[in-house]
Amino acid sequence: MVVTVRLFATLQEGRFVEAPRDYALGASVGTIVDDLRIPQDDIGVVFVNGRNAELDRVVSAGDVVSIFPPIGGG
Amino acid sequence: MDMILRIDMGAAGGPKAKVEPVGAFAGLGGRGMTSMIVAKEVDPLCHPLSAANKLVIAPGLLTGTSASTSGRLSVGCKSPLTGTIKESNAGGQAAQALARLGYAAVIVEGKPKGDDWYKLLINKDGIKFTVDNSMKMLGTYATVDKLRKEYGEKVAYMMIGQAGEMTLMNASIACTDRELHPTRHCGRGGVGAVMGAKKIKAIIIDEAGTQMRAPKNPEKFKEAGKVFVEGLKKHAVSGQALPAYGTNVLTNILNEAGGYPTRNFSTGRFEGGSKISGESLAALEDKRGGPGSSTHGCHRGCIIQCSGIFTDEKGNYVTKQPEYETVWSHGGHCGIDDLDAIALMDRMDDDFGLDTIESGVTIGVAMEAGVIPFGDAKAAINLLAEVGKGTPLGKVIGSGAGITGKVFGVERVPVVKNQALPAYDPRAIQGIGVTYATSTMGADHTAGYAIATNILKVGGYVDPLKTEGQVDLSRNLQIATAAVDATGMCLFIAFPLLDQPDTFQALIDLLNSFYGLSLTADSVVALGKKILSVEREFNKNAGFTAVHDRLPRFFQQEPVAPHNVTFTVKDEELDKLFNW
Repeated sequence: MVVTVRLFATLQEGRFVEAPRDYALGASVGTIVDDLRIPQDDIGVVFVNGRNAELDRVVSAGDVVSIFPPIGGG
Repeated sequence: MDMILRIDMGAAGGPKAKVEPVGAFAGLGGRGMTSMIVAKEVDPLCHPLSAANKLVIAPGLLTGTSASTSGRLSVGCKSPLTGTIKESNAGGQAAQALARLGYAAVIVEGKPKGDDWYKLLINKDGIKFTVDNSMKMLGTYATVDKLRKEYGEKVAYMMIGQAGEMTLMNASIACTDRELHPTRHCGRGGVGAVMGAKKIKAIIIDEAGTQMRAPKNPEKFKEAGKVFVEGLKKHAVSGQALPAYGTNVLTNILNEAGGYPTRNFSTGRFEGGSKISGESLAALEDKRGGPGSSTHGCHRGCIIQCSGIFTDEKGNYVTKQPEYETVWSHGGHCGIDDLDAIALMDRMDDDFGLDTIESGVTIGVAMEAGVIPFGDAKAAINLLAEVGKGTPLGKVIGSGAGITGKVFGVERVPVVKNQALPAYDPRAIQGIGVTYATSTMGADHTAGYAIATNILKVGGYVDPLKTEGQVDLSRNLQIATAAVDATGMCLFIAFPLLDQPDTFQALIDLLNSFYGLSLTADSVVALGKKILSVEREFNKNAGFTAVHDRLPRFFQQEPVAPHNVTFTVKDEELDKLFNW
């Protein structure tokens, strides 16, 4: 099933900005993170469809998964 | 820093000053100093532009020392914009110069009769007042160009632009950075109008002949400083994200979260978001200005270096790297997705001496009123230009979002206590909504930056879309922030402080070893509560009640996409925030 993955800030380096990715049913955020070889320490926040999600969240076809490194501002 | 410089601009025969011991105000600093003095000495019912208001300028407890990232300046008064007590905070060089000269505070009282403008020189010989009408209605850039010919490159400048001279409610005070760009502003709340009402165009602060302030216990201070710097460097936010991308790194995450207020808070996601994101901005700056252009410290000794330099296509300097709030207020809030247009408006705000948050929100409110179309960058630039020209329309725009909304008959005006909401939708991020409603400062994001925990997962996590935990979160952050604001430290140390107990301890150790004290974490909390209590009391005496601690109604009635939520924290819960 295809989900849209968006990467931000330093996570874009050597990867992409936005891409459709195909995963088996039952794939989780963790599956995606491993597939993209993102070390867990490099993850700040993950959203699925604009809502906070943990690594064990299972994704569905058509979901938008946004992955950020730790960032801040004000 | 054991002296207070008290200036009477209205003294018979011309402005006079005297130096007093810090006395009862010892042990304060920054916002602690300014709020305590304003609360003690300013009539809460005075007109903010009158002789009875005071402009209090204070460096922080650690400012002027070798501690990293400690160069922030606080300016306090009764605010012409909100009518509440106000603390307005800036980076740049002025704070360190004042601290090294030994001033814990500069208190400006009274106002002169007549039309003359003054420049004030503060150096190790004291203070000199000079009538100087040659800079009338000059922007801050031209003002610095003129002043530097006389006072040189190694001093700090504080000044007002046209907006402050016209005593407009959104007027800021500009502080110069190390390159003498007038780009670090005491922005919020119209403090520039108070300086203008007292007929001061510029203050020149010359630290020549001074030393860094010396700690009581140099060994321990050095050791604490090392731990502190390590902590700042190793936290991913202060050590990597902020230096690389600056605060505008927030555009994409707020957009993804659906909390990016677009076209005057009509929806929570902007289709042009990635065009004006921190990633795009940093890439553009580095491409035009060379690698490293997107990393720059606003004050000497800061190791976070979240700022940058923005140049045009030809590589000419335009402005500092615009902040997230500025990019939002002139960008998504107005439906504009052009970084060059946004950067130009940032420069214009700095030049006229305007708070960029209030300025951009005002333009968006004018768009909602139909004065100009949403998304029309050229029209926005022309509208902003009216402020510098001093036209009646310009004076309306320069008076902020609340006044502009009233003049043009707009219902949906995003202000609390007449101060414009910053770049986070309170419906999609309820914690920041609590801060906006309850802060003593009016709608203010830094006062209790719930975004850290609602969105960024710094200091834990509280779901932004639910009401649970938001009041406690905002309360704790407001207390902690008030304390940090007293130290002269940049608030961005809060990211490592919230996640790393040893970095928080290092800050306490810096204070203890510098002053020979035995403060604990509880002392920090007590200081924060004391500052907030004093501010609340002033506001109460100025006529503020619980009804002023509310968001505009439309945030409770109008759901915001994509999550289709309204602000649901109950009024009774908001009223419990200051219960301690």
